[in-house]
Amino acid sequence: MRFAVVQFPGSNCDQDCVHALRGLGQEARLVWHHETRLDPDEGVILPGGFSYGDYLRCGAIARFSPMMQSVKAAAERGQVVVGICNGFQILCEAGLLPGALTRNEGLHFRCEPSHLRVESPASRFTSGYGTGQMLRIPIAHGEGCYRAEPKVLEELEARQQILFRYCDAEGRVTAEANPNGSSHSIAGIRNQAGNVLGMMPHPERACEPEMGGLDGRGILLGAAGIGRSA
Amino acid sequence: MKAKEFALKLGLTEEEFDRIQNGLGREPNETELGMFSVMWSEHCSYKNTRKELRKFPTTGPAVLVKAGEENAGVVDAGDGLALAFKIESHNHPSAVEPFQGAATGVGGILRDIFTMGARPVAFMDSLRFGRPDAPGEAGKRTRSLIHGVVAGISHYGNCVGVPTVGGELVFDPAYEGNPLVNVFCLGTLRHDQIRRGAAKGVGNPVFYVGAKTGRDGLAGAAFASRDLTEESKADRPAVQVGDPFVGKLLFEACLELYARPDLVVGVQDMGAAGLTCSTCETASRGGSGIEIELRKVPQRETGMTPFETLLSESQERMLIIVRKGRERELKEIFARWGLDAAEIGTVTDTGRVVVMEGGKVVADLPARMLADDAPVYERAAMTPAKLAEKQKYDLGKILPAQPRVKEDLLKLARSPATGSRRWVWNQYDHMVGLRTVVRPGSDAAVLRVEKPGGGWVRVAMTLDGNGRWCAQDPREGSKALVAEACRNLACAGAVPLGLTDNLNYGNPHDPELFWQLREGVEGMAEACRAFDLPVTGGNVSLYNQSPSGPIHPTPVVGVVGKVDEGVKLAPAVFSTGGGEVVLLGTTASGGLGASLYLQEVHGVIAGKLAAVDLVSEKKLHAVTRMVLAQPGVRAVHDVGEGGILWALAEMTFGEGSAGGEFRVPCGKERPEEALFGEGAGRILVELDETSMPTVENLAKEGGVELTHLGRTGGKDLQVTVHGAEMIWPVAELRDGFEKSLPKALGP
Repeated sequence: MRFAVVQFPGSNCDQDCVHALRGLGQEARLVWHHETRLDPDEGVILPGGFSYGDYLRCGAIARFSPMMQSVKAAAERGQVVVGICNGFQILCEAGLLPGALTRNEGLHFRCEPSHLRVESPASRFTSGYGTGQMLRIPIAHGEGCYRAEPKVLEELEARQQILFRYCDAEGRVTAEANPNGSSHSIAGIRNQAGNVLGMMPHPERACEPEMGGLDGRGILLGAAGIGRSA
Repeated sequence: MKAKEFALKLGLTEEEFDRIQNGLGREPNETELGMFSVMWSEHCSYKNTRKELRKFPTTGPAVLVKAGEENAGVVDAGDGLALAFKIESHNHPSAVEPFQGAATGVGGILRDIFTMGARPVAFMDSLRFGRPDAPGEAGKRTRSLIHGVVAGISHYGNCVGVPTVGGELVFDPAYEGNPLVNVFCLGTLRHDQIRRGAAKGVGNPVFYVGAKTGRDGLAGAAFASRDLTEESKADRPAVQVGDPFVGKLLFEACLELYARPDLVVGVQDMGAAGLTCSTCETASRGGSGIEIELRKVPQRETGMTPFETLLSESQERMLIIVRKGRERELKEIFARWGLDAAEIGTVTDTGRVVVMEGGKVVADLPARMLADDAPVYERAAMTPAKLAEKQKYDLGKILPAQPRVKEDLLKLARSPATGSRRWVWNQYDHMVGLRTVVRPGSDAAVLRVEKPGGGWVRVAMTLDGNGRWCAQDPREGSKALVAEACRNLACAGAVPLGLTDNLNYGNPHDPELFWQLREGVEGMAEACRAFDLPVTGGNVSLYNQSPSGPIHPTPVVGVVGKVDEGVKLAPAVFSTGGGEVVLLGTTASGGLGASLYLQEVHGVIAGKLAAVDLVSEKKLHAVTRMVLAQPGVRAVHDVGEGGILWALAEMTFGEGSAGGEFRVPCGKERPEEALFGEGAGRILVELDETSMPTVENLAKEGGVELTHLGRTGGKDLQVTVHGAEMIWPVAELRDGFEKSLPKALGP
């Protein structure tokens, strides 16, 4: 499948996403935030970084860019959209996903491997995994504390939209294993329709053994429509 | 004599003023004096150290751009790949404004690297502070400095998307009033992409690109060339304010610009001394002149005088000279990135920097005189009167009659001096870019770098300094730290290609302090020659002293190398058990002189480091690289601060690492010496039993001693020395190691 990786001024994981997708046999092209054209059959990646310097709030300015209007339209048409880290923040600001990402509870930026528990394999992004499967994927963010109204959180739970939760090395979801204080230990969610994924951890950093693991591949392959093949 | 008074106020000396007046054949005006004051500061001119710096070896087959030629040195990494790297200090700014001081340090070194045409791919930081666990106000202030500096580095580095992959964090009361913040950046480029900072081609347009100019950082270079005093806080306006977002856009725009064939003639960043430095240095290097109009300089404040505009150190600005007739290409690229690009002048053939405001000449100076004719001083050096006394020590009076090694190691493990630096590097994005093969926490960081023709080269790098060693013996201490840096690279299977140095010392007018610098330079130079290692550039930071005294003499070196192709990288921590552990290199501990052990466990800095045997050291590195190319190597780690016992302890701290049973060789010395001595020339290797014969053979052929220490396994660290057996549960040591730093620093 082909992906458009959107470059905002200040994006810095754009090249990494392109590298990871190509390594998985997918096509990837970079699109500049001023552009508006997206092909009807391509997926969209909003990469990590500090779009527009993260001034005002993370992702708050990026949502007004010309490309984001096209991304919204594409999402509504059912095209796959994946927001990673800053991309997740942009998706929330743009209203494509509910909730918001706020300053980490411990206030510090944190870059470290995180353990994730796959909450539901019933989505295109997690179909390559089993329920409760443990993944090790790095995080790198200062504002990754997921917050939403109690009602929204209830709905996310009820509709199985929470795809990943932070957990410890034994797979237990605990306060200590939650690196940023996210409500319900949320690390990644999908929209109701199931074509939009937002997550704070970086799957593109876990696609090669030399980079510390392969656990991120399933997410990107899932986005490409390649689920569990065996 | 109004002009002379003004010159003195700016920090120029009477002789320097006379030199300027005679050189010009007239009295300089205030704007011109301002320009001289920054260009002739130590920071820009190296007037106090130039004579010493000439002692470094700077040539070698791998050197593509030599020290002092350009913003950063460049070395050849083979296959058409080149590496640009440099270290720079931001000590004084970080002392008065830790967050912005450190952040702009990162921004500054970043510009030095992409100015060379390279894509920045990694940062490292060497940080020194007072003790965070000191009682009262001192500790509180230190903790706040550390939090500020780490947050500043994190803020800038993370935002520009360049990983921070290593460095050091050291505590010593000697840095309480004057912390050290040294930042290193590495960039990669093709040989044909190297850019020069020369203004050539009469009539070519001179562009100003990047952020607007404000009053921040006024005369920062001059500020950095004075002692820190109580009044230094009033110098806060001399600290620049950084915007990493603009920094990121600027380097992406510049790299895009460079990619256009034959467009760019010369590039120079505006760092220290801003517009003044960039114009006179490019003109001087190009053997040309430059004429600029200040009204065309993008300004973010109104009513700035020529003096202020020329001396501003506003961040994220570059001076770029392009080929005439191709101005539009530059403008289009910068507009796309949303950055200012103003044509502020032209290249001339007058040899002069002519500055105009509204068409009126406000400064007219020979470029070469500003850039290269600062006086060179021969500073007096004198062996410190108290040195011999400092180097003498009586272990019998320091150590208890009965060794208490068990308690000693626990004390060391619980000290913030040795604790895990995870608290620091977790705040830095050390993975962005997908190049970081060996992450922070090992002996050396390793990146994979794309070769121009495809495929990867693995590049190893390390930053090392040791003020305590150098305070006790600046010459041997400096040799030892170069040896240690190369040993760290050897543990990553890498051959060192080049060294960048940051010389952090006190006031050069004090002969005892200048002696430290001279000894340090000579020691480093000797070690560099022994390792065939060219010095490719760096930075000098003098006047590092506060009312409580000068810092330890602290040269910091950054060494970059290429990992041998056949090498399989091994972690610095033990496997899950069942491996053999050997010591490669000497069994001599080097004694406890200048050791971390004496400082941390017994509260004294005494004695001096044992002399480094550079010949044996080099053999050890070669053998280690060959060993790493063999199958069955499980772990490798060098013996450094804390000695062999601390090195063994550290090797048990990995996720899932086993403990082990070891016998440490000990002659007639005290067991504490055998266990905690910091002598050079030692590397620990864990390997499969089946690989032992090959490794023994390699060591024998390479002329390196090999000593069997024991085996890994179990959950305890068990060490026998002189027949006395000691046992520590690894969990207890590791707990101290992991928690000591966060505990000392607070939330």
